[in-house]
Amino acid sequence: MGTFVITVVAILTVLGLLLAVILFFVAEKFKVAEDTRIDTVEAIMPGANCGGCGFAGCRAFAEACVKSESLDGFFCPVGGNAVMQKVASALGMTVEEKAPMTAVVRCNGSCDNRPKTNEYGGSSSCRIMASLYSGDTACKYGCLGQGDCEEACNFDAIRINPSTGLPEVDEDKCTACGACVKACPRNIIELRNKGPKNRRVYVCCSSNDKGAVARKACSVACIGCRKCEKVCPFGAITVENNLAYIDFNKCKLCRKCVEECPTGAIHAVNFPVRLPMQPEAFAAPGTTNKDKEE
Amino acid sequence: MSRTFSIGGVHPHDCKISKDSPIEIFPVPEQVSISMSQHLGAPAQPVVAKGDRVKAGQLIGRAGGFISANIHSSVSGTVVSVGELPDMLGNPAVHVVIDTDGDEWMEDIDRTPDVVRDISLSPQDIIKRIADCGIVGLGGASFPTHVKLSPPPGKKAEFLIINGAECEPYLTSDYRIMLERPEEILIGAKIMMKALGVAKGFIGIEDNKPEAIRRIGELARASYSEIEVVPLRKRYPQGGEKQLIDAVTGRKVPSMGLPIDTGVVVQNCGTAFAVYEAVQKNKPLFESIVTVTGDCTGQQRNFLLRVGTRFDKMLEEVGGMPSEAVKLISGGPMMGKAVSNISAASVKSTSALLVLSEKQTARREEGNCIRCGKCAQACPMGLEPFLLNRLARLGWKDELEKNKVYDCIECGCCSYTCPAFIPLLDYIRLAKADVLRIMRARPKK
Repeated sequence: MGTFVITVVAILTVLGLLLAVILFFVAEKFKVAEDTRIDTVEAIMPGANCGGCGFAGCRAFAEACVKSESLDGFFCPVGGNAVMQKVASALGMTVEEKAPMTAVVRCNGSCDNRPKTNEYGGSSSCRIMASLYSGDTACKYGCLGQGDCEEACNFDAIRINPSTGLPEVDEDKCTACGACVKACPRNIIELRNKGPKNRRVYVCCSSNDKGAVARKACSVACIGCRKCEKVCPFGAITVENNLAYIDFNKCKLCRKCVEECPTGAIHAVNFPVRLPMQPEAFAAPGTTNKDKEE
Repeated sequence: MSRTFSIGGVHPHDCKISKDSPIEIFPVPEQVSISMSQHLGAPAQPVVAKGDRVKAGQLIGRAGGFISANIHSSVSGTVVSVGELPDMLGNPAVHVVIDTDGDEWMEDIDRTPDVVRDISLSPQDIIKRIADCGIVGLGGASFPTHVKLSPPPGKKAEFLIINGAECEPYLTSDYRIMLERPEEILIGAKIMMKALGVAKGFIGIEDNKPEAIRRIGELARASYSEIEVVPLRKRYPQGGEKQLIDAVTGRKVPSMGLPIDTGVVVQNCGTAFAVYEAVQKNKPLFESIVTVTGDCTGQQRNFLLRVGTRFDKMLEEVGGMPSEAVKLISGGPMMGKAVSNISAASVKSTSALLVLSEKQTARREEGNCIRCGKCAQACPMGLEPFLLNRLARLGWKDELEKNKVYDCIECGCCSYTCPAFIPLLDYIRLAKADVLRIMRARPKK
């Protein structure tokens, strides 16, 4: 019995050693030399694997960065400029600073602004709803409110507000990866520059309907009246297909269009609250009524 | 044992509560809005303008392409507008709106009730007349009939099958026309057989309509011996083209193929009647038989309706919208479309307006798939809906293509049968559209 155990242990030990030696040489022979910089870059990446950069996850992005000659066109929306600077210094390349962006929902058709014309009883998916019919309001361009964007977001940054039925973006969490933009079948979500101090001016409507039709469907629709286009001193606003669009690269945030818009479709966000006009302003002629910042 | 198709299918309750109501002539509405997109393919181009006087049967829209159909006025009166209006799904389509004034028809339409039995036109002239009269398939898909009667070169039709299955619950428009105009349907079938150059025709009728089987059968045996009536065992979706061919002839349409690949052309019995009227009476398609029914309407009736009559007018005729109604469906409950715009107008292929209560339409909360395989058993195309649904949600287009999502006929058997109430068809339909788009964009070999 004792010799049997010893023989077995001896045979297995010899066999193990032999195989280890073979494996060692095979591993040496077929070694694949991988660029170690890929690991370095991957370690810098945030690891969200969201695909917002256009690659299949962070490692794919790292590989592409290492293989590429320059970092033009590469951008990690989650990590932003900080991560891109680190990647650039790790690879000895330079990278251009990019203005931070955020997702913007271009529809303000809440239940109060845009009355429902019928009740949708189908599957709760915007894609399915859009494929079935024109939606449960008279506007066939606006938000369907079934929350495909919410489902697509990896960062919990976009949520349907139950009181308005519209998605709201948490700009602190939004990385501008563009997942919601792709998920929305109505194309109402746009990536826009976050702007200085997060201040932005944008048209909160996507309707291409003619003015009267759009206004009838929704009280806060853009009616394509071109008033904003005329008032804009920087030529940042263009009206196409009955819908105004503000080019965020040209917009200087003067907010003249916001005051001009007859339906209130142009939104200015994160600006300090304007105090109501003081009666003294009327009493003393010559004094200008400046914005009072808090 | 009567015949039926070989795989899949479900047995919804047939609910044919309007089957004993004879076809009534619907009063000519004061105003009609006639859509220019009533058929599969390119919309028709309007040839009238605001202020024009038109007569019933006058051409108002010319076919806008090869797969397209002419549109005729359904009333006499004055055109009040030509422009975009929302259709029953709320999507915009060009409509010609006509204010009715009297009921004057085009002079060349034969309005006598006599049955014209002799077929004098040549096959080419028949097809031309059908195209001129704007006949489309009235089974639901609205495919232009003249295109279907002109098989592509190299393909030869052997049989014509007239679809009298009417497998959708509630619908009785085909049943009523088979009872009331059996001879016209048989002549219509003979006209199409002449156009196709085929010697043998079948009429497939489900066995829940014994009266129609008896009446058409007797007539066919007496004087139309080239047409055979085939009783079919009641099963949904027997009225699907591929299922009907299988049930009647036993032939299987290949994947991605057309019925003509098996030498068969299928036409609905309503289409056969429209063909009869076009060829023998020179009457364009501007009237359709519409069942107005549902579980909560007081009256269930079958109407001969002018194309372009608004849905709200139809409801008024049966006593207005019942208070318990929650859903209106144009077509059958399995494949029909929910009407979201009640002021939209009927089209040529409108076969029914269903008014359903909460009890019939409520969606149950979606549960988890337990892999019971009921959907795979019910699928008449032999697909695996549970798998396709999963792949569709994941967006795996290549796997969807491998699993033949493009073969789906959107009959809804899978969603109907699912014990977990998963809306399988909703996702499969989306995926099918995506996959077909990718396949069509691919360069042909």
